[in-house]
Amino acid sequence: MTTETVQAEVGKARLRKEDARLITGQTNWTDNISLPGQVTVAFVRSPYAHARITGVDVSAAKEAPGVIAVFSGADLAAEQGSLPCAWPVTEDIVMPAHPPMAVDTVRYAGEIVAAVVARDRYAAADALELVDVSYEPLEPVLDMQAAIADGSVKVHEAGNKSFTWTLENGDMAAAFRDAPVVVDRVYRQQRLIPCAMEPRAVVCAPVGDEYTMWTSTQIPHVLRIMLALVTGIGEHQLRVIAPDVGGGFGSKLQVTAEEVLALLLARRLGRPVKWTESRSEGNVAVHHGRDQIQHIRVAADADGRLRGLSVDLLADMGAYLMLVTPGVPLLGAFMFNAIYKMDAYRFNCTGVFTTKTPTDAYRGAGRPEATYAIEHIMDDLAAELGVDPLELRERNWIKHEEFPYTTIAGLTYDSGNYEAATAQARSLFGYDELRAEQAARAAAGDKVRLGIGVSTFTEMCGLAPSRVLGSLRYAAGGWEHATIRMLPTGKVEVVTGTSPHGQGHETAWSQIVADQLGVPFEDVRVLHGDTQVAPKGMDTYGSRSLTNGGAALVAACAKVREKARIIAAGMLEVAPEDLEWDAGRWAVRGDPDQGKSIGEISFAAFAAHALPDGVEPSLDSDATYDPDNFSFPHGTHLCAVEVDTETGAVHIRSYVAVDDVGVVINPLIVEGQVHGGIAQGIAQALYEEAEYDSSGNLISATLADYLVPSAADLPTLVTARTTTPSTGNPLGVKGVGEAGTIASTPAVVNAIIDALRPLGVTDVPMPCTPPRVWRAINEAGAGR
Amino acid sequence: MKITVNVDGVRYEDDVEPRLLLVHYLREQAGRTGTPIGCDTSNCGACTVLMNGMSVKSCSVLAVQADGAEITTIQGLANGQLHPLQQAFHEEHALQCGYCTPGMIMAAADLLRDNPHPTEEQVRDGLEGNLCRCTGYQNIVRAVLRAAGSAGVTA
Repeated sequence: MTTETVQAEVGKARLRKEDARLITGQTNWTDNISLPGQVTVAFVRSPYAHARITGVDVSAAKEAPGVIAVFSGADLAAEQGSLPCAWPVTEDIVMPAHPPMAVDTVRYAGEIVAAVVARDRYAAADALELVDVSYEPLEPVLDMQAAIADGSVKVHEAGNKSFTWTLENGDMAAAFRDAPVVVDRVYRQQRLIPCAMEPRAVVCAPVGDEYTMWTSTQIPHVLRIMLALVTGIGEHQLRVIAPDVGGGFGSKLQVTAEEVLALLLARRLGRPVKWTESRSEGNVAVHHGRDQIQHIRVAADADGRLRGLSVDLLADMGAYLMLVTPGVPLLGAFMFNAIYKMDAYRFNCTGVFTTKTPTDAYRGAGRPEATYAIEHIMDDLAAELGVDPLELRERNWIKHEEFPYTTIAGLTYDSGNYEAATAQARSLFGYDELRAEQAARAAAGDKVRLGIGVSTFTEMCGLAPSRVLGSLRYAAGGWEHATIRMLPTGKVEVVTGTSPHGQGHETAWSQIVADQLGVPFEDVRVLHGDTQVAPKGMDTYGSRSLTNGGAALVAACAKVREKARIIAAGMLEVAPEDLEWDAGRWAVRGDPDQGKSIGEISFAAFAAHALPDGVEPSLDSDATYDPDNFSFPHGTHLCAVEVDTETGAVHIRSYVAVDDVGVVINPLIVEGQVHGGIAQGIAQALYEEAEYDSSGNLISATLADYLVPSAADLPTLVTARTTTPSTGNPLGVKGVGEAGTIASTPAVVNAIIDALRPLGVTDVPMPCTPPRVWRAINEAGAGR
Repeated sequence: MKITVNVDGVRYEDDVEPRLLLVHYLREQAGRTGTPIGCDTSNCGACTVLMNGMSVKSCSVLAVQADGAEITTIQGLANGQLHPLQQAFHEEHALQCGYCTPGMIMAAADLLRDNPHPTEEQVRDGLEGNLCRCTGYQNIVRAVLRAAGSAGVTA
């Protein structure tokens, strides 16, 4: 009975607590907030990618009806500070000043040059047109390779190179010397726009010298600290609230110009200030993702055993370094070697400035890029050797009995079972049958080619051990915090430092705590996302919330139980050592009828009438958990595509994903994360690209041009799991938020290339749109 | 201009600017903030409501065009108990962040009114005008099919 009850909640497909408000429209998005005396801000943004500002005339805008104030960069220059970058990856990194509002130079189209404050959004929008900004256009810098060539126009005074970061292990020269096979490729990670469905919004209210900011953010805690550091306003005078937040995908892991400016304008005007972006504004102003040129070389023995791997990246930082911009490619540095053993590895990354929207974390952050490149080149190598791509992987991957395994990049993978995940995926997919069909159709000269793509991925999740972050020069730690508040009536309030925006923490955290304290799921309430309610936390990104936040819950619950034990011992007049925990109650060992439930103990602690001497009248406890290691989810994704060689059209025929994310708290939520992740990865493979014209304007600034896929564009996915618990945390969990995105892009692209390889095609640049596929076929010279 | 609109069963008489979008009217004048705004090019469908029983993207309708109309938003869909679509979205885990959900449910309501027993493909095609970034649509499609199988689905 005990074991059954203790494990009752974890693993259950609980329907989400969050849904009640979300399906009925009782939501609290930031844009729903309207405060007495509130005014609306709208921003004038640069139409030029690169220009000197020669004048900002705000006089006409100031006269417009309903306008309260207008500010230029010069007006705010003395107080606006510089937007922070918390990850100076090298000692000599070039980290240019980044004023929230441009003062003398604009470096990307969309940079803020003036702010109009008006009574409502319509008045503000009208007055925007009346702000007269004079520019002296400068040449844009749009190509990374040209940017770092001699004589390039400079984005910043210090030049267009931000940093070069290198990692090397093993004897590279020996690995490549006389290697029977070397495959040398250049792949391109296109620029992407995160496109969380909720556009950003900020409301900032001053009361005396204190400020409350509601904002559509993933990181209320980090933001509060950064707002204090940027503006000089005391951290204790700032409260940041992330109300309902409509998705993030990394795009709201940011300290934005608009947040800083809302705070400064609220201080200037002494009244609540609100800003809500339009989608077209957000597409140029929210940080973008990916954008790398990847030069990758692999050396192998004749039997396909990997000898060495060399990676040279150019990573587009865009115009400025945002919160973790330079760190994103570094997260990939540890992942190019993926699940494979090899003798030597070298990684080199140069961060480049261009006159484009800054880049930063986007779902997966560095790891999708790495996984794409290694999984692509593994397929290329397999083709070179004439070996089945799954067979090549099996020859090189870490065997399940070899864990824990320290990789060539220096990480220690605690657990994994690539054989099991691959075997299951193979069978669900019908791999052998599809290969047979592929061969038969090719032999019959079918114009529609079948292709099979493989992606056996892993990722590093659970960001992150603070010591490791410190050694990588990140400014903060990677711990997470939790507080358990036992209410007198036996109900439980859980305060978490994670900040969910779709992940379902209110549900999953309730399940964990219900088991830990032996209380009903329904009796637990999870509080988050308000620095006054949840004062400590590192927030939600990098698939870290469950591994770290969940472990903090477990530790805090253990403290509650121990406090309860002392009080129960007093109530039962026995020694604490004579009690044992049994599904929500402390009972006398050998006499289980004698016991007190956690609810009874909570009330006794509240009343405090007869507590043992020296015992405080509270069960409340908190814990801060700092992981010792990352976690390493993995999986095998297989994709079958039909490619019409006459039109270039790609149709995903089947997609199988077998993921190993360790112990699963809620299978419903895990499956949902996998679905959504795969959809985003497919979107990169087939549909999405942030495209600039030759003068540096984003030409995919609306959802009419930037093709976020709809239900009609995506396949039905087959998902399954293997379970190899993580040994790195008490729950055995690994994280699931990014897995699908990391795995799926190479699975789809590999399938397309697999279909076309007999025609001589070795790569199709992403997104693999029909024109690009068609062109690749025809350039390979065998299209018809 | 003066308009009279019935929103979720309540009659409103208001003076509005001719250029005011219906979605801004609903959110900022009628106080129905359950209908969110996700884009400015009528691509995302987050703001979908029913106007005289037919789904419209309320960002592409002027408030003055709704004069005399009956508007149903996500907040007016439940009738003492959850609408079958709301229930199905909950049970199939068809939402994560929930931002697209009001529009997705309203569009699905119109889809099922038009075609009470759609195939999976018809659901996918029918919801093409509504974007979701979280779910990959798989559970949304399941939810709509599930609601189609239950009684009293039409809005």
